Amino acid sequence: MRLPNAFRLSPRWAPYVFISPFLILFAIFGIYPLGFSMYLAFQSWEPTGGLQAMEFVGLANFAFALQDEWFWKALRNTLWLAVAAGAPQHLVAIPLAVFIHNRFKRLRDAAIGAYFLPYITSTVAIAIMFSSLFSKDYGLVNAALQSVFGLAHIDWLGQGENIKPAIAIIVFWRYLGFNLVLYLAALQTIPQDLYEAATMDGAGRWQQFRWITLPSLRPMMFFGVTLSVVGGLQLFEEPFILTGGNGGMDQAGMTSAVYLYRMAFDFNDFGGASAMSWILFAVVAVLTWLTNRAFRPEAGRRAA
Amino acid sequence: MTRSRSDLTRRAWMARSLAAGPLAALGLAAGASPARAGTERRTLNVAAFPLVDEIVRAALPAFKARHPDVDVKVVSRQYADHHTAMTTALSTSVYVPDVMALESTYVGRFSQGGGLLDLRQPPFNIEALRPRFVPYAYDTAVTRKGAVVAVPTDIGPGTLLYRVDLLEKAGLTVEDLTRSWDSYVESGVKLKARTGAFLIGSAQIIKDILIRSNRQPGEGVYFDQQSRVLVTSPRFVRAFELARRVRRQGLDARVNAWSNEWAEGFKRGTQATELSGAWMVGQMGNWVAPATKGLWRVTHLPENTYVAYGGTFYAIPRQCPPEQRALAWELVQMLTLDKERQLAALKSQDAFPALLDAQDDPFFEQPLPFLGGQKARLLWREDARHITATPVHKQSNFADEVINTELDNVLQHDKPIDRALDDARRLLERRAFR
Repeated sequence: MRLPNAFRLSPRWAPYVFISPFLILFAIFGIYPLGFSMYLAFQSWEPTGGLQAMEFVGLANFAFALQDEWFWKALRNTLWLAVAAGAPQHLVAIPLAVFIHNRFKRLRDAAIGAYFLPYITSTVAIAIMFSSLFSKDYGLVNAALQSVFGLAHIDWLGQGENIKPAIAIIVFWRYLGFNLVLYLAALQTIPQDLYEAATMDGAGRWQQFRWITLPSLRPMMFFGVTLSVVGGLQLFEEPFILTGGNGGMDQAGMTSAVYLYRMAFDFNDFGGASAMSWILFAVVAVLTWLTNRAFRPEAGRRAA
Repeated sequence: MTRSRSDLTRRAWMARSLAAGPLAALGLAAGASPARAGTERRTLNVAAFPLVDEIVRAALPAFKARHPDVDVKVVSRQYADHHTAMTTALSTSVYVPDVMALESTYVGRFSQGGGLLDLRQPPFNIEALRPRFVPYAYDTAVTRKGAVVAVPTDIGPGTLLYRVDLLEKAGLTVEDLTRSWDSYVESGVKLKARTGAFLIGSAQIIKDILIRSNRQPGEGVYFDQQSRVLVTSPRFVRAFELARRVRRQGLDARVNAWSNEWAEGFKRGTQATELSGAWMVGQMGNWVAPATKGLWRVTHLPENTYVAYGGTFYAIPRQCPPEQRALAWELVQMLTLDKERQLAALKSQDAFPALLDAQDDPFFEQPLPFLGGQKARLLWREDARHITATPVHKQSNFADEVINTELDNVLQHDKPIDRALDDARRLLERRAFR
């Protein structure tokens, strides 16, 4: 049966109709909140007064954010965690990927799977598990440290100075597998001939790693480091759950994203929170650009 | 039910972190109030949190008898979720219930936005009802401009719980605990020496009370009416000094309120006193340390200190349609002005009545078995009438956290008190007028 012409989709409109589900959802859940938070960033708003309670305050929220000690404290926490959790991910993932690539044959997939598992596990489950691992008196971490090094029990989550390392360990553990998979994929694209030629020229294993593997991995490093920078600066779930939602003692585990959430929902300051989120966006953009500068393939030296 | 306050915030955070969150923030979980069939059947939507929801449900048969054409729908969420959902409902005007239960600190917070109806207006005329409530409870719902935005239903008069057996063993009397804060701490020294028990779970609890007492008229805890920051006043200095003294002399168990270690301390009898709301007796008997029944007594807080630990209110949002308001008000009146209903809530849920009529009932003279037969309700009734309302500032939540952080710095890292309070003042001044 033929549909009446009025119901037929003309080829001219068909692509737009087919792509519209995504565009509509993206507009509602992507563009609209973005626009709304941009609007809110210039308003002072007592939320329980309803939408009409908003009052335009110009740049006051941005001025407040930049002068707010806790905003800078949260940003320092975030950068600390991004470096302490992010850098080791790559420094460990690259050699580990090379090792697995060269040495593992039959168990290769199982090994990768084991490393990848934390990445796909629920954050809440992870946080609950680590809360008990890091428990001061009954935790496995302290028990191990005591039996191996004879260390006194460390109050991991109750003392300001210990919270950040605890979070960094979890984030490192969680995302190592993801980076490992990235680098393994990149390793498979390096032509074997390069290594054979190098062997013929008498290059040792280290020289091959240094002059063939590393340069070839550069594009993937750019990709992986960019993701780590963006993810590290937006770190939220792990510190939020591990510190009971408030950043912990002395706000030592309060990242910028946690602080934004608290500004809005604990301290009722949606305008200030929105302004801070846009400042954080600017920070992410600048650091991503710097990453790009550092890892961008140079002209004439394009990696294989 | 009547809880929250800084000693409970940790628990509230936990609840919030695990359960609340973005969904509630989007309002998806907010109270349902669509489908108002204007013609025949009507629906009254009530939003509440655990225990209060039970009290509301218990009142429904009587309400239905009067209004067979009205369905009452009670939407209940966990404590933190409920208040997040109410904030969202008021801010977006979507899924706003007709009646909402609110914990006392949120009454102060919500009263600043104008999202709740002023109950001085007809048909409510709440000012005429004022003499019927415990004064501080009524005053808590009065905004700076004089509007009355909620009706009190239960209160949490502060009290001192102590282990009578440990006190005897240490050769101390109740007066030693209550004469002054100094004598309270000195008793702690003797208790520790003679029984090995800590005076209290955490030094922070003592700070929490002291910063709330001895306020000048009109002063909030952290700010005065002109939003001037008060945290460097003698009230705070003394609170910090006393907390530090307790910590330095090893009199607190250094546990967070509501943690497992804290509860364990009560079970094992290693914490000899607790400063909290009257409702703590019920908590203690029900789950914290039921086996210690008969060993506890209560008395006034030291140095004639009178503070409130939470309290519950009912409010009617501005979004409640005019034709529903009379109904909503009738339900609220039933819950707050009916002596029998208030007493039933006391008996079933330990909700200490805000209604004075209910407090004059002979039931108040009944002995409490958990307290070895002490007639404690008479004591709480008397204390409640001395409490004054605490104005809530917009930045109170933030101030709570700043002060707690600085207290940690003092207790754990020996930061000088004047410097700690000065740092807190600087942070609060930046926000006072936001």
